[in-house]
Order: sequence, then structure tokens, then C-alpha cells
Amino acid sequence: MKKPTALKILDIVTLITLLGATAMVFFYAPIERVMGAVQKVFYFHVAAGWVGMLSFLFAAIAGVLYLVKKTKIWDLVGVAAVEIGIIFIFINIVTGSIWARPIWNTWWTWDPRLTTATIMELVYIAYLMLRQGIDDPERRSRFGAVYAIIGFLSVPLTFFSIRIFRTIHPVVIAGSDPSAVGTFDMTATMFQTMMVSIVVFSILFVDLVWHRIRLGKLANQVEELKFNIQD
Amino acid sequence: MQPKTSFFKAMFAVVWKDLIAELRGKELISAMLVFALLVIFIFNFALELDPKTRSALTAGILWVTIIFAGNLGLNRSMSVEKDRGCLDGLLLAPVDRTAIYFGKSIANWIFMLIVAMIVLPIYSILYNTNIISPALFLVILLGSEGYVAIGTLLASMAVQARTRDILLPILLFPVILPVLIAAVKASAGILSGFPFSDLQTWFNLLIVYDIIFTSVAFMVFDSVVEE
Repeated sequence: MKKPTALKILDIVTLITLLGATAMVFFYAPIERVMGAVQKVFYFHVAAGWVGMLSFLFAAIAGVLYLVKKTKIWDLVGVAAVEIGIIFIFINIVTGSIWARPIWNTWWTWDPRLTTATIMELVYIAYLMLRQGIDDPERRSRFGAVYAIIGFLSVPLTFFSIRIFRTIHPVVIAGSDPSAVGTFDMTATMFQTMMVSIVVFSILFVDLVWHRIRLGKLANQVEELKFNIQD
Repeated sequence: MQPKTSFFKAMFAVVWKDLIAELRGKELISAMLVFALLVIFIFNFALELDPKTRSALTAGILWVTIIFAGNLGLNRSMSVEKDRGCLDGLLLAPVDRTAIYFGKSIANWIFMLIVAMIVLPIYSILYNTNIISPALFLVILLGSEGYVAIGTLLASMAVQARTRDILLPILLFPVILPVLIAAVKASAGILSGFPFSDLQTWFNLLIVYDIIFTSVAFMVFDSVVEE
């Protein structure tokens, strides 16, 4: 199976836009007055969180489609989305930690937002463990789909927890809690940089999902070939 | 072909079967109870519960106890079905499969409530505080409903995996978080004597997640057991 040309082009586009977004973060966005240079972590922090959420949403949708249509492709999409989501939420948590060290004076705090984000990560690690524990490929796909749907139900809570609980996590977009520490008003250039980062990370997400689906297809082919040899 | 047994008749048959089996064997409840007591005693040693810190910790300890004991029960209730091929027998029966799901869930719910009803007075006696109140019962009723709704579904998935016994808590605990948070917060509020209006948010969250979990489990159960 040859690498499709469209994917090759997308790879290059992703690389260039990612470099562009990095340049914007460092040279275009201004340095925040109170927090200083560490605030720049914010752009990729938000973008990674966004992609993570998007991935898990995709996984849940792919789960529903798999249960309805029973076509192998939706299972591949589901796994791809979950694996990528785990990585991006991990990036989100790590970048958050880097920012929190100088601003909150701690790497980690048991804030509801942080805790639920990490539990969400654990949901999807459990998803991978579930798949690993099942040998029958058809059943593995079915259970994966079911768990991706259930797991996604805990994700909305993560996002809305910021409004239900009192939290020290800043809400930069729409509304702010007086108890939040490290909140700031975005200037126009900051906002532009954030939006560009989100768009670029979304492109990166599409690129990665595409690669992962291709990898899944190839893995299936290898399995089939092995099976044929054994016969 | 005989007409299908009605949904409720089939569901109650499953509940009845589980209750009778439990009444004769007393395996599940006794294991859950002893385990629950052990958890409380271990907490006592691990946290050195003195009267001052106790009141704030009670809700948390109570829920951890209930959840751990419930996990034990869920694992057992599904693996007895799987071991001798009883689950296949149940699935072959000409009834709606979701009736089997609801039957198992209700039976598990009853077991969890029985354990909670015994643990609460024992806790009160051991720590010399009266924690029994109708509001707390309501929280336990709602919290354990959400827990068994998703737990029964995940248990029927976990028994079909290679790593069955260790898999259930790993699958269940992160997913149950919203219910657990709401239940613990509501219980803590009740134990500290807050008025009901202050706890409205947590009750709403509990009810919302009960409904979500029950209806989602209801929708996907068919694809968990189909072969």
C-alpha cells in the first residue's frame, strides 16, 4: 500500500503550519505583563486540550457508528482517535504543569479541573487495556466502541466542572471566576495566536489520525497474511 | 412459536433468580459485608481516625467502602453467570435481552443497598456518631443506582475478557467518577447538616448521571452480549 499523495501533501502542510504557529507564539504574541514568558505555554496548552477533547469526541462518534454499521473502518478510527487523544491530553497536562510551577507555585494541585482531566486520561488508558485483554478481534472492536461511548460521558463533566466547582484554573474564554489564579485579559494578537494554534493542532490531528488509520489497515493486512501462511 | 414473555415478567424472573440464589448460598452478601467491614477497619488504622477529623472524612470513607464492596459484588454476580455457561442460557431465553440487563442490575442494586443498610448502623456504633438520616439514604439510593447501572454493563464486558477480575475496577472507577463526586459531596453536606437547598446541585448531578448511565447501558447492552 503506497502512501497517498494527499497524505504526503498534508504532512508537509502540517509541518510548515506547525513551525508557523511556533514562530507566532515566540515572535508575534506579546509577552504577558504579569506572568512573563511562561504564559506562552498557554497557546499550545489550549490547542492540545482542544485536540484531546476532539479526539475523544471522534472516538465516541466512531463507537456509535461502529455499533450501528459494524464496519471495520470505524473501529480503526476509534482506536486512532483514542491513542492520539491520550497523547494530546498528556501534552495538555504537562504544559499546564510547566505553567503552574511559577504561577501557582506548584507542579500539581488537586483542583477539580486538573483531577478530572487526569481521570479522563485514565479512562482512555483503561480503554486500551480493555482492548488488550480481548483476543477475538470482532469482540474487541465491539467492546472498544461501547467503552468509548461510556468514557466520553465523563468528558463533558471535565469541561463543565470549571463552572460547577470553585476552581483555581483560569477561564480565559468567556467568563472568569474570582477565585481563579493566573487569569489574564487577552490582547488581539494573543487571541489570534491562540486561534492559529488551535487550527494548526487540528490539522496535525487530522494528519495523525490519517496515519494511524493507515497503520491499522496495514496491521490488519499483516494479520491476514500471517493467517494465510498458517493454513 | 410461543409468545414472548413480557419485559417486566422476564426482568423480575432474573431478579428473583438472583435473590433466591443469594438466599440459599449467601456467598455474595457475606463476602461484600466482611469486605466492607475490613475496609472500615483498615481506614481506621491507616488514617488514625480521631473524633475531630472524622466528621469530614466520614462521607469519603463511606463511599469508598460502598464502591469497593460493590465492585466485589459486580464481579461475582457476572462471573457466576459466565462460569457454568448460565449467561448463554439466559441469552437463549426468548425474552428481551435488556430485561436480563435490568434484572441483573436491580439484583446488584438490592445487594449493594443491603450492604449499605448494614454498614451504616455499624459505622454509627463503632464511631459513636449517628449518621443515619433519610437524606443520606436517598443519596445512597441514587449513587448506587448510577454505580450498578454502569457497573453491570462493564462487568458483563469484563467477564468476557482474558484479564477479567482485574479489569472491572480499572474500567469502572474512572467512568463512575461523576456519580462518586456528586455522592460524596452530597453525603458530606448532609453529614455536616447543610440545608437541602445547598446540596441541590449535587442531587441534580446524581440524577442526571443516573439517567445518562442507565439509558446508555440500556442502549448498548445488546451489543455487549451478542455473539
